[in-house]
Amino acid sequence: MLRTNLKHITTEAEFHSTLQQNKNVMICCGRMGPMCIPVYGVMEELEQTYTHVAFRDMEFDGPVGHLIRNLPECRSFAGLPFTVYFNEGKVAKATSSIQTMDQVTDILAKEFGKVRAGAEH
Amino acid sequence: MNRFGFDVIVLGGGPAGLTAGIYCARAKMKTLILTDGTPGGQMILTHEIANYPGVESTSGYELSNIMKNQAKKFGATIKSNVKITRLDLQGEIKSVEVAGKDLYTAGAVILSPGGKSRSLEVWGETEFKGKGISYCATCDGDFFQNKEIIVVGGGNSALEEAVSLTQYAARVTIVHQFDNFQGFQHAIDEVKANPKIDFVMESKIIEFIGDESLKRVRIQHQVTQEITERAVDGVFILIGYEPNTESLKGMLELNQWNEIVTKENLETSIPGVFAAGDAIHKRYRQITTAVADGTVAALGAIEHLRVAKTVSVV
Repeated sequence: MLRTNLKHITTEAEFHSTLQQNKNVMICCGRMGPMCIPVYGVMEELEQTYTHVAFRDMEFDGPVGHLIRNLPECRSFAGLPFTVYFNEGKVAKATSSIQTMDQVTDILAKEFGKVRAGAEH
Repeated sequence: MNRFGFDVIVLGGGPAGLTAGIYCARAKMKTLILTDGTPGGQMILTHEIANYPGVESTSGYELSNIMKNQAKKFGATIKSNVKITRLDLQGEIKSVEVAGKDLYTAGAVILSPGGKSRSLEVWGETEFKGKGISYCATCDGDFFQNKEIIVVGGGNSALEEAVSLTQYAARVTIVHQFDNFQGFQHAIDEVKANPKIDFVMESKIIEFIGDESLKRVRIQHQVTQEITERAVDGVFILIGYEPNTESLKGMLELNQWNEIVTKENLETSIPGVFAAGDAIHKRYRQITTAVADGTVAALGAIEHLRVAKTVSVV
């Protein structure tokens, strides 16, 4: 289990229901290493204000890590974590290796729209 | 602009900054710690810490969490992943503007911006990050089973990680800009004795080439200027850290290596501004020395405030 404050996806059923029930989903698939922890930290910060996005983590070596690892968009990836952004169940963007707050918010703005009026960021 | 008053503002959330926050908050100073990333600084880059006194073994992440929670327990406010848009260190009251909308003021500031990984600043480095280029052997080594790997660097990190990567790679080539290594002798002896490691010395990578992922690099010999191309699956860039002081240039005294110059009590060239950790001029950079710096800087800041009898007002 990843030691983060994010909701974890640990089963295939959770993965599919998350994508079905949320228009915009960001999943960070990683371990507890130095490239992954900063991304979890960014997601935890953004959860409060990006209420139109479901933020989840997934264990790279866990029983359902293959759902992200084997995506065609992640085929060339060789750096943890694999972070995938889903819009209406389809992959909108995928990144490999560490990402900064700015890099993540740029993608969120482009793929999922900016923070709604009234939300603080 | 929203305005918030504190007694001490700590810029940086690594071991130096968190320690300074602990000491200041425990001394009943209204304390704010601002960090542009996740609290922990370079500590979270370390999978295992085995030489922190009193702790036989822990991860950098665990130790960061303990320090962060300890600072919070004493009443420090921690804001992470912030973007500082303006910094004014002059005068009795210093101010830090965040995201162009929040202004934090204090009678003392402790700078602990730490270090950042050096990059090669070569074309393709950003494009192939995570697609062949890595900065963490422990994280990404297993993506390169039986592959060709290059390690760039000549210090302890590069040498130790090169040895570590031989458990995965078919071959590891160390590319280093000088004709000798800068690491400890035992690390040098270990790489030289490893049959899976070879060396390209006095050379630099000048370009990364590939399509979906990295495929080749161009290497230039620094003396002959000869350029060669080499097929590669992964490159691990381990060329050390530099002080994260770019934003402080022109504000206070930095030395020729852009390290913050401090007095014995870690006060900088600006009264009421102290500095701690990897960004200051010092010989040894360890978690323990950062913690010591944080302590000294905090005590200096506390004494400064008591002498100045400065109170931050909103």
